Amino acid sequence: MDLSLSDEQKQLKDAAERFVRDKYTFENRRKIAATERGWLPENWAQFAELGWLGMSFSEEDGGYGGGPIETMIVMEEFGKGLVLEPFLPTVVLGGGMIASAGSKAQKEALLAPMIEGKKQFALAWLERQSRYNLADVSLKATKEGAGWSLSGHKGVVYNAPSADHIIVLARTAGSAREPKGLTLFIVDAKAKGISRRDYPTQDALRASELTFDKVSVGADAVLGKVDEAFPVVEGAVDRAIVALCAEATGCMDAINAATLEYIKTRKQFGVPIGKFQVLQHRMVDCFTNAQEARSMTLMASLKIDDKDPTVRAKAASGAKVQIGKSGKFCGQSAVQMHGGMGVTDELSVSHYFKRLTMIDLMFGNQQHHLTRYSNLAMAA
Amino acid sequence: MDLAFTPEEQKFADDVRAFVRANLPADVRDKVKNGKHLIRDDYMRWQQALGKKGWLVYTWPKKHGGPGFTPAQRYIFENICAEEYAPGIIPFGTKMVGPVIYTFGSEEQKAKYLPAIRESTVWWCQGYSEPGSGSDLASLRTKAEKNGDHYIVNGSKTWNTMGHWADWIFCLVRTDPKSKPQEGISFLLIDMKTPGITVKPIIMADGGHEVNEVFFDNVKVPVENLVGKENEGWTCAKFLLANERLGIAAVPQSKRGVEALKDIARAEREDGKPLIENQSFAEKIADLEIQVTALEFTELRVLSQMAHGGQPGPEVSGLKIRGSEIQQRITELTMEAVGEYAAPYLPGLLWQGTNEEPVGPSYAHLAAPRYFNTRKTTIYGGSNEIQKGIISKMVLGL
Repeated sequence: MDLSLSDEQKQLKDAAERFVRDKYTFENRRKIAATERGWLPENWAQFAELGWLGMSFSEEDGGYGGGPIETMIVMEEFGKGLVLEPFLPTVVLGGGMIASAGSKAQKEALLAPMIEGKKQFALAWLERQSRYNLADVSLKATKEGAGWSLSGHKGVVYNAPSADHIIVLARTAGSAREPKGLTLFIVDAKAKGISRRDYPTQDALRASELTFDKVSVGADAVLGKVDEAFPVVEGAVDRAIVALCAEATGCMDAINAATLEYIKTRKQFGVPIGKFQVLQHRMVDCFTNAQEARSMTLMASLKIDDKDPTVRAKAASGAKVQIGKSGKFCGQSAVQMHGGMGVTDELSVSHYFKRLTMIDLMFGNQQHHLTRYSNLAMAA
Repeated sequence: MDLAFTPEEQKFADDVRAFVRANLPADVRDKVKNGKHLIRDDYMRWQQALGKKGWLVYTWPKKHGGPGFTPAQRYIFENICAEEYAPGIIPFGTKMVGPVIYTFGSEEQKAKYLPAIRESTVWWCQGYSEPGSGSDLASLRTKAEKNGDHYIVNGSKTWNTMGHWADWIFCLVRTDPKSKPQEGISFLLIDMKTPGITVKPIIMADGGHEVNEVFFDNVKVPVENLVGKENEGWTCAKFLLANERLGIAAVPQSKRGVEALKDIARAEREDGKPLIENQSFAEKIADLEIQVTALEFTELRVLSQMAHGGQPGPEVSGLKIRGSEIQQRITELTMEAVGEYAAPYLPGLLWQGTNEEPVGPSYAHLAAPRYFNTRKTTIYGGSNEIQKGIISKMVLGL
């Protein structure tokens, strides 16, 4: 056993650190967030050039043969800078699903250009009633000649405003919430019948509500097998969860560092407030929480490609529970220790806090994953 | 000892409810009910209606023009106002500077300032914290130097709530730079229209503007605006803080918040069933409701004690600690109930009151901003760390 990074992985970490340092100062990030798109094409081009868009895919899929550890390394640095480019929806979710379930033709048409930075994706899975149940899908796809017709609604679709293709989870058979009978469709984002309402999110990302009104797609739009999409989506979401955990770990490092610096310099009652034991202990708890989060993220990154689906699911849910708990503790503590300044828009602290809060809500919060973990662990 | 209301108290409750229903403007009620942003005029219309009835300063004794409510009446009044979706009464005049003026002020000051507070014709704001003086309030440095019949005020104040709407500000200023921190402070009333005052907005984490920095550049303040004795303002400051901390417990608002949370948990679905049927989540709400009940009965004990003479003591610090934590917990669970639909950020709907359609259910866009914003409750009015320090020293003698 060896948990240290290889030389290549160290170089990757250095490059990601450098990118965040150069391109994601807090003021720069504020400017990027205020642009129409909410991210910068030049940064995306740089990701392609550095090989980050293809690093976690196999060589036969046109990638560079890395895996979840490479994703973890980059996502953690992205977390430190609160990077806004749509890496998670495009590469981890979209690219991940095409790599795992796509046909040769789909990989050539979509994955290869994505790795070159020329295509972006969004995953439309959530509906108004779904909460965190990936199988609670009512958007319907019905047979229409050789192809399909899609009608229904999808909500909070991250990166939909920029995506070239929307990957839609639709019901092709079965009853509500039945895992069987779900099918994934790759739909051109500009297809006739799709209407979009775009908005920013609390943490400065971009998302949309999508309405599908008899959107026609060909048979070749099906990603994977008809009626058999559930395990594909579940696997992709679990990988996305682990990537999010890495991002959260980076956020926690950054917010803890900012807080530590603040309590060392902010003086009240004639001394730095870090001299007060009540703050010292809280700071220690923040540090410990971030350590646990890092450990669980590493564990999950190492197990997420395990051949046993239960091992994978437990790893992702276990890490998400930890991240929810640690992220909330570090975020709330950072705000509290910064006092009034912590609740202002001016300092980065509130922005890390918001991102950590939203990460907990994404793909199932702490409670949801505790229940999922509990069901998996007690069944065994 | 009797928990039940007497027939007189029941009659009073009926009167309060009838009054609120008849006098709370419908548009203001609608805004409060739907969590919309209120503007100055919304508060003023409601407060002036209360003022006409003599109930705006419901905590004041009769001799200063208050209604002289018993603790039971206070409790009834606050709860019914919250249940009927009345906006919270802005405390700066009614609960902060008003009682300072009738306790420490001159007869002239009482005559000049109290009627306008009782009737809500003047909007007050607070000048306490400074950029370098937060928890350590006594280290404040805004100075007032006497020059004939005026003070010349220089410095800055921060976390000034709603100062951009205010007509007057009450300030703690340093009048003796040489003495011990607490001993050289005075309590001054300043007209916000005085030349040399600049109000600069502070944008909060939720994107809203409710607090400001206020800068004083050679601001001339007549000496008759000093409340109490020069260099003895710390007494007024402490008196005011104790009153402020009592209000911060916000029990009626929290009771309303728990009910609203239950409504959301009934409306939200999980696996096709109401979220409230999720045992884990229901137990979290139950735990919260128990916390609110403990807080409510602690506050009732304090009120009862006050009815038998005396000002709120150090035990009030405990109310602030628990009250603020409960307010935060309500927003945390509300966000949990809303789930991924808490993510959309809709500033138009939040702050400008536009008619933009909400994304998802109508309550969803409020959940995260409220959670972020409510982090302030354990910080303001003396952070909870400071409150715990007070209790350990003053109550426990540690």
